[in-house]
Amino acid sequence: MDVLMGWGGQLLHGALVTLEVAFAALALGLVWGILGALAQLSRWWLVRQLGFLFTLIMRGTPELLIILIIYFGGSVTLTGLAKSVGLAAGFVEIPAFAAGVFALSLVFGGYAAEVLRGAFLAIPKGQIEAAEAFGFSWWDAFTTVRLPQIWRFALPGLGNNWVSLIKDTSLVSVVGLEEIMRVSGMATAVTGEPFRFYLIAAIIFYALTTSNGLLVAKLERRASRGERELAR
Amino acid sequence: MNSALMIESLPALLEGTWLSLQLLTAALILGLALAVPMAIARLEAPGPVRAVIAFYISFFRGTPLLVQIFLVYYGLSQFDVVRESALWPFIREPWFCAVLTFALHTAAYTANILRGAIQAVPAGEIEAAHACGMSGPMAYRVIILPRAFRLALPAYANEVVSMLKATSLASTITIMELTGTANTIVARTFAPYELFVTAAAIYLVIAAILTAALRALEYRLARHQRAPASTTAVIAGDAHVQA
Repeated sequence: MDVLMGWGGQLLHGALVTLEVAFAALALGLVWGILGALAQLSRWWLVRQLGFLFTLIMRGTPELLIILIIYFGGSVTLTGLAKSVGLAAGFVEIPAFAAGVFALSLVFGGYAAEVLRGAFLAIPKGQIEAAEAFGFSWWDAFTTVRLPQIWRFALPGLGNNWVSLIKDTSLVSVVGLEEIMRVSGMATAVTGEPFRFYLIAAIIFYALTTSNGLLVAKLERRASRGERELAR
Repeated sequence: MNSALMIESLPALLEGTWLSLQLLTAALILGLALAVPMAIARLEAPGPVRAVIAFYISFFRGTPLLVQIFLVYYGLSQFDVVRESALWPFIREPWFCAVLTFALHTAAYTANILRGAIQAVPAGEIEAAHACGMSGPMAYRVIILPRAFRLALPAYANEVVSMLKATSLASTITIMELTGTANTIVARTFAPYELFVTAAAIYLVIAAILTAALRALEYRLARHQRAPASTTAVIAGDAHVQA
């Protein structure tokens, strides 16, 4: 424990908070991603444009700025709401955790919408027609023909976005969430060893991203198990 | 939304934007200068050098940029060796640290993109270059790299936009670029929506311009692959459109 100078427990806790933010943002972000993809594939012009606008904004704005907008903007909005209902609560601050999860889910959703739309369009039309010819209902065709393939086509893209999301959680430290970066910062302030603790933070993140990268690769192999492989 | 405040703070935000663009330009130029030799060495150098470069790339791609920037800005000053060295006046400066980190960061991503592009150059073209008697370096200079740059351009355009967004992290080490400026004004006026939305709009406009410019470059670099414009004009018999 000498290397960690007694900060092992806190760092572990920070790593858990990082993972909690990442998984929560992933779950919520997939919802935005699916909604975004459906909007982009919609038959109505306005809905399609809104879908594209969502993706454009989420991909073109710095993640840090989105976190700041949600955190400070959310607090101002909530305070205004509290005042209008007559609550003498003073200033309402939204928790950094909630703001971070919401902001990062929007970022993930913006990228995921693009990936999912591409995956949906990558399914050969003939397969859907074949399913219809066999008398499949829309729902049956969706669950047995479309969905397994969307999963396979979307996995590489979603996997990249997931690894980016893990790295982006570090930005939530800016609004005060006690994840890995924040804990490292506190350890630095106490021990006066910034290099040591930021290097430890880097190693933890590196372990998280490489292990998740391997996990995604494994899922990809599993998802494409029915595909013909090149003879080598 | 208080539009008066948005207009009032625009000059300050644009000043911050100018600094963001400077950071971006410096990082991209330095990063590209590092990435080209790194991509070539990643493929051609002896085993141990290749392994070191592969680790460098995977480290910078596998850790958050925020960690990297803190390691350089806060981390390096921990060592007496650094503080007593001739480089200290530079390393003390947040601006220098930001550019250095951004350059090292984008170099890793760009080297990875270039490596893929070099590997995607058709083998026949490289063989033809060798068959014409070109040496290895000459084949790289005349055939492989120009071709690889063109193949890499779409992916590099994404990298440029992602670096534009990454410059916002300079605000975490006290640099008053676009995000930092917006954040400071928010702390004073407490009007987060007005300031941050304006800042976001500025980022979006720059990203759109950069994307369009790189797409135009891509189109221009592929002009030898397009049919001459005159062909269709002649077939159509349109006298107004000449080659």
